[in-house]
This record gives sequence, structure tokens and C-alpha cells, in this order.
Amino acid sequence: MQVDPRGQRFAAVITTAVLAIVLVTGSAWLLAFQALVFAVAVAAGVRRSPYGLLFAWLIRPRLGPPQETEESAPPRFAQAVGLAFALLGLVGYLAVGTWLGVAATAFALLAAFLNAAFGLCLGCEMYLMMRRLTPVGRTP
Amino acid sequence: MDAGAVGTETLAGVAALVAVLVAGTVFGLLRRRLDGRFRAVGGARRRRPLPTAQQSPGEEAAGMDAQHDGAAAAAAHGRPQEITGQDLGTGLGERATLVQFSTAFCQPCRATRRILAEVSGMVDGVNHVEIDAESHLELVRRLDVMRTPTVLVLDSAGRITRRAAGQPRKADVIAALGAAVA
Repeated sequence: MQVDPRGQRFAAVITTAVLAIVLVTGSAWLLAFQALVFAVAVAAGVRRSPYGLLFAWLIRPRLGPPQETEESAPPRFAQAVGLAFALLGLVGYLAVGTWLGVAATAFALLAAFLNAAFGLCLGCEMYLMMRRLTPVGRTP
Repeated sequence: MDAGAVGTETLAGVAALVAVLVAGTVFGLLRRRLDGRFRAVGGARRRRPLPTAQQSPGEEAAGMDAQHDGAAAAAAHGRPQEITGQDLGTGLGERATLVQFSTAFCQPCRATRRILAEVSGMVDGVNHVEIDAESHLELVRRLDVMRTPTVLVLDSAGRITRRAAGQPRKADVIAALGAAVA
């Protein structure tokens, strides 16, 4: 499936803002909301995530069709990485300690910020390194 | 309970926010600058010698010397830094081969594919081969491929002459190719 890359940047900008607010306020509720957004994007596809829908309703009609589209698999994988860090952050804020909440949220924020500001997909870049760690001849 | 503890936690969050924005900006700008740049492979390599178990102290010492670094790294891998048609699953180009490592979760791989296909179509005797990194992890480890896309420029004998991590520019591909066929 193909997606509009501008929609991905838009979603990354909102994600960056939400995670920044989580860091400043320490709000587990807001982080839980962001985790839910990540989860919907992973399960239903990035176009059907809340931020993707917001882009389709609000922004895209004003921009017109994109010059080119991109594969949906990389951003979807990145959302899964974001979900993992958001859940770890929730465990931190709610159970283990604020330090873990701050650290995990900071990592998720870094990925979202790099995507928003530079169009760089950190989760995608980590993918091969993670695969390299698995033993030869095994599939995940 | 006390305002001091709350203040500390807020402060930690704000400090983390500032640190992420600063580190992310520096990383992003550096990456934008270095991404897709070709570097020469062979004589002058900046890669560290790989301290592997099978590497003897002598080889490691040789690895310190930049001149022999390539040879030592190749020896540590047990194979020279060349790629055969067998590795690629297809023939080498008559004059040069552009090898691209890709994965399914790689954003710039498609644009890179387009650029390399265009260049290989322009120059006679140059093949473009795209390798799925995931199904060639052995080769990925041997060649120290860390991320995708990674582009290798091979000469007619399959020796790696240039490599780039990230999406290269078309002009840089042409220049790297020129050095390989020269």
C-alpha cells in the first residue's frame, strides 16, 4: 500500500508535540493516548491512525494530491517501535519510576522529532541492525 | 507530596526534552551532510580493525596500519573484500557493478533504486543489483553493512572500490563509477 509522505510528516509533528508535553507534564494519560494512536497505526495502517485521518480531512484537501507516494511498510514499522517505547514509558510513569518514563518517552520523542524535522525514519534505520543480531538462518 | 519532588520530576522532563531536541538537531544535520557520500575502500580506510576471536595479535597490529587495514579486515573475515557473481545470485557487470542493499522497511531504497537503475542504463557494461539484506545476513555481516540503503561500487573483478550508506546523489554515483572503471 502507498501513503502520502506529507501525511507522515504531519503525524510526526503532532507526535513530537504530544510527546514533548508528556515529558514536561509527566502525564501518563497523554502518553497512554499516544500509545493508543501508535497501536491503531500498527493494527489498521498509518492512513487510518487518528493523525492520518486528521491529515486526510483537514490538510490534504488544501494541499492537493502528492507528487509521489511511498511504501506504507516503513512508517508502519516505525509506529510499532514508537508503540514499544510508549508502553515502556507508561510502565515507567505508572509503576517503576519517573526516570524510566522520561527515558523511554525521550527515545520516542527523538524518533518522532527526526522524522518531523528531517524526514528521517529512525526505527527503519535500526531495523537492519536488529536483524543482524538474530542468528543466521532464523526468521523472526 | 512536597513541591520539591514534583519540581525535580518536571525539571527532569524539561531537561530530557531540551537534550532530545539539541541531540536530534545535531544528528539530523550531520546525517543530512554525510548521507549517501561515497568513500574509497581499499588503501586508505578509516574502518577500525575488527577484534574478532579468530584474529591473531599480529593481524590486529597490522590492522592499526592504515595501509594494511583493508587486508587485515579481509583476513579477519576469512575472505577478501570482493563480491562474486555467486554472492549476488547474478552476473557481475562487464565493467562495473552497482550493488544496493535494501530491506522492506527502508524509505530511501526506492529512490536509490531509481538512481542506480538510471545510471547503469546510461553506462554500458554496468549492472545494477539489488540485494535483500534480510535474506543475505551472512553477506551483510561479512561486508559490515549497518543500514539500508548501502551502495557498493564493484570493479570488473568484483572488488569493492567505493561504498556509501544512505541515498546517494546521481552525480556522486557517476563519479564513483568513473573511478571504478578507470
